[in-house]
Amino acid sequence: MVAFIIRRLFAAVLLVLVIAFVTYAIFFLVPQVAGLTPYDLAARYVGKTANPATIHARMVKLHLNQPFIVQYFDFIRDLVFGAHYDAGAEQSYCPPPCFGYSFVYQTPVWPQLASRIPVTLELAAGASVLWLVGGVTIGVISALRRGRPVDRVSMGIALAGVSLPVFFTAILSQSQIRDRFQIFTGAGGQWVPMHTDPMQWLSNMILPWLTLAFLQAALYARLTRAGMLETMGEDYIRTARAKGLPERTVIARHALRATMVPIITIFGLDLGTLLGGAVLTETAWTLPGLGQYAILSIGDNDLPAVLGVVMVGAIFIVVANLVVDVLYAVADPRVRLAG
Amino acid sequence: MRNVAYLLAAGGMLAVSLAACGGSGGTSSGSPASSFNAAVNGVVNVSTKTGGIVKYANSGDWDDMDPGDTYYAYTWNFDRLFARTLVTFGDTPQTATTLVPDLATNLGTPSKDLKTWTYTLRPGVKFEDGTPVTSKDVKYAVERSMDSTTFPNGPTYFAQVLDAKGYAGPYKDKTPLKAIDTPNDSTIVFHLAAPFAEFDYLAMLPDTAPVPQAKDTGANYKSHVISTGPYMFQGNYTPGKDFTLVKNPNWSQSTDSVRHQYADQIQVQINAAAPDIDNRLLAGTLGVDITGSGVLPATQAKILLDSKLKQYTDDALTTRLWMSAISPTVAPFDNIHCRKAVEYATDKTAMQTAFGGQLGGDIATTLLPPSIPGYTKFDDYPVGPAGHGDLTMAKQELTACGKPNGFTTTIIARAERPKEVAAALAWQQGLAQIGIKTDIKKFPQGDYFKLYAGNKAAVKKNGYGLMMYGWGADWNDGYGDLSQIVDPRAIHGVGDTNLGVTDPAVSALIDKALQTTDTSARNTIWGQVDKMVMDEAIYVPFLNAKGLYYRPPNLKNVWVNPAFNGQYDYLSISAN
Repeated sequence: MVAFIIRRLFAAVLLVLVIAFVTYAIFFLVPQVAGLTPYDLAARYVGKTANPATIHARMVKLHLNQPFIVQYFDFIRDLVFGAHYDAGAEQSYCPPPCFGYSFVYQTPVWPQLASRIPVTLELAAGASVLWLVGGVTIGVISALRRGRPVDRVSMGIALAGVSLPVFFTAILSQSQIRDRFQIFTGAGGQWVPMHTDPMQWLSNMILPWLTLAFLQAALYARLTRAGMLETMGEDYIRTARAKGLPERTVIARHALRATMVPIITIFGLDLGTLLGGAVLTETAWTLPGLGQYAILSIGDNDLPAVLGVVMVGAIFIVVANLVVDVLYAVADPRVRLAG
Repeated sequence: MRNVAYLLAAGGMLAVSLAACGGSGGTSSGSPASSFNAAVNGVVNVSTKTGGIVKYANSGDWDDMDPGDTYYAYTWNFDRLFARTLVTFGDTPQTATTLVPDLATNLGTPSKDLKTWTYTLRPGVKFEDGTPVTSKDVKYAVERSMDSTTFPNGPTYFAQVLDAKGYAGPYKDKTPLKAIDTPNDSTIVFHLAAPFAEFDYLAMLPDTAPVPQAKDTGANYKSHVISTGPYMFQGNYTPGKDFTLVKNPNWSQSTDSVRHQYADQIQVQINAAAPDIDNRLLAGTLGVDITGSGVLPATQAKILLDSKLKQYTDDALTTRLWMSAISPTVAPFDNIHCRKAVEYATDKTAMQTAFGGQLGGDIATTLLPPSIPGYTKFDDYPVGPAGHGDLTMAKQELTACGKPNGFTTTIIARAERPKEVAAALAWQQGLAQIGIKTDIKKFPQGDYFKLYAGNKAAVKKNGYGLMMYGWGADWNDGYGDLSQIVDPRAIHGVGDTNLGVTDPAVSALIDKALQTTDTSARNTIWGQVDKMVMDEAIYVPFLNAKGLYYRPPNLKNVWVNPAFNGQYDYLSISAN
């Protein structure tokens, strides 16, 4: 088992390095292949009143006139050891992992990312509990009442949930729940951290949780329903019933447990993806998380920031994959023997 | 399956009906009566009550919270809450564009040759930590703002005007700046390289907001700007994050003739979703859209159909001019007759429609907007009574240009600006009437001036003959409006805002204006500069922009300030 984890860990680190290289190449090599000069790239890192001398100085300072491979190794060095940037009156220290310096915000990227991770975590944590509990419960009830009105209504709502994009449900809940009925009026308003004002924080978060969970819960309800229907037809369920076990035990201990294995796998991957930034939810609800940062950085052509957010997102997904792999191996020994 | 379909249909109808009910939820029946454009013509909801929170939202973020490094009308408007400058604008609709002393006791005293300007500071002004403000703090603030590497966003007027060629700011240049003297703690003297009659406008820039050298952290100073105004930052500011201003205990009303301290707090939300800003304004849970660009087209339509909502709106004329540029470096526009053909064939009415029709602005024929002193009404290239173009004159000019059957060229526009792209399409259709075929290319707005329209080499190499453009005055005066777009000395090759005017006679006329002390005579010269540039047919002005603003009924002391591009005056606004 230890050897399996070490193998997987090694593969994960390698994968992150490959992602770093590819991402760096996309943002700093591809534009040059497409015709932009290092000077043009440097022009994106200066203000609107900059003169050619300022742009040239910025190009040299960022080593954009160096060969690509030198730039890449500088990036990896700063990522591991951190870097210092000239802030005029003082030096700005960018601690590892230093993804570079945002010349839009005039700050190192990593502290910006670090300050946004908790917001995304809080959004993901609340929403994932809601969608997992809600989705699985609805899925189970629907499977047990197959063909009845409860099943049809549940699956109808699930279909709507899957079909309606977050930006639509967000706008609908803003217009009807928040603005019309004045419930959770903090949603979409000024962000307040949980430790500062828990009630205001809840007012900020509940509607975003619900809109995000509605989309995902619908998916999980359909998956759970399908899994339960398949499992309930298995021989061992019939055997359990034949043994005289109460129906509640048959469902909870035998049917649901078997259904939950693929659900948990998908849940791990979904959560990993979400931790990289719930772009639509954060943008629609003005939540200062990684997803909003990604959109803003792309809009500003802030390449170090985009690079940073892509890397953080990739790391979350790689880690989530690693965790799922390990859990699989725990659940099924054949996996670690094969892998 | 049929049941599911019924269910979905019912759900859809419910959603539609709920959305339809959302119309005017924000206007409470107890709201005071108001009227359309009330804040354009006076102050709405006058109140001296203290307390409450004024809530602002910004669909973007500051270019820099450091007053020495910012260049937006809304940031100059808002920053006055925590940053006092040597000079500022009056605090009433009647004095809004009149310069009045702020940190200084009077406007600047010029020398006879207009090359030396002296200001005396008011006694008793303090930083938020209680330290008295001295002239050295003002000098240091101006010095550091001249470091364009550390502070790349702000205006560069001081570097251009002071007798300090090559000065790189106090971080790199350890030689004291001789162009600014501080003979004592309350006097500051500026020495200029050339006469500059309008120096008081430069003393109004946020660059003159004092910075205590001991607290300066360079590019990181924005994390906590030391306030001199009635409000100061609560904790530290992080770029891209919301922030709150609270009352500054060391600000004194007795030292300040234009500011008040009515609200307890001022909250600002950053990077808010633009459509949601409008929703919250209408719901009354938000006070002001800080960018001051007006409500979105969808909200505009909703407001105009509802008289209850419309009474809380103002359609204010701004100093922003929407125009296009014709590049004289791209053939065949090196021939003035080809440029004039474009001027005559432009369908200005269609371009106005692209910007929202008459609510979006009035058709323009000059570079100076009517709200700026010196504006003289003229029209070098009339486009017919309906504004769809004078095709006869356009064809005559085409013939004179040697291209009687037209030619092919490129229009460029900023991709993220749907109105601008729509106006480009309208322009394309207008020009097609005389055989000028155009291809529209769209580029990211962040790169637009650095890599495309404002990049001299790229324009020539890629044949960008026609360029969509917009310009707002830095301040309401000929120099503040025109200098950056018409003075040939403003062309550097990259990031240019003068997109083609190279006639040295324009520079000479600008210099003449700057040496003219008589305001009326100076304003006449600005009108002449406008005419001289329009005669060259480099620019095609088509719209003096307006913005439709919504002011929630619970907002107090609201008025449109023409000094800040027609935005509401952020110094005056208070809460219920």
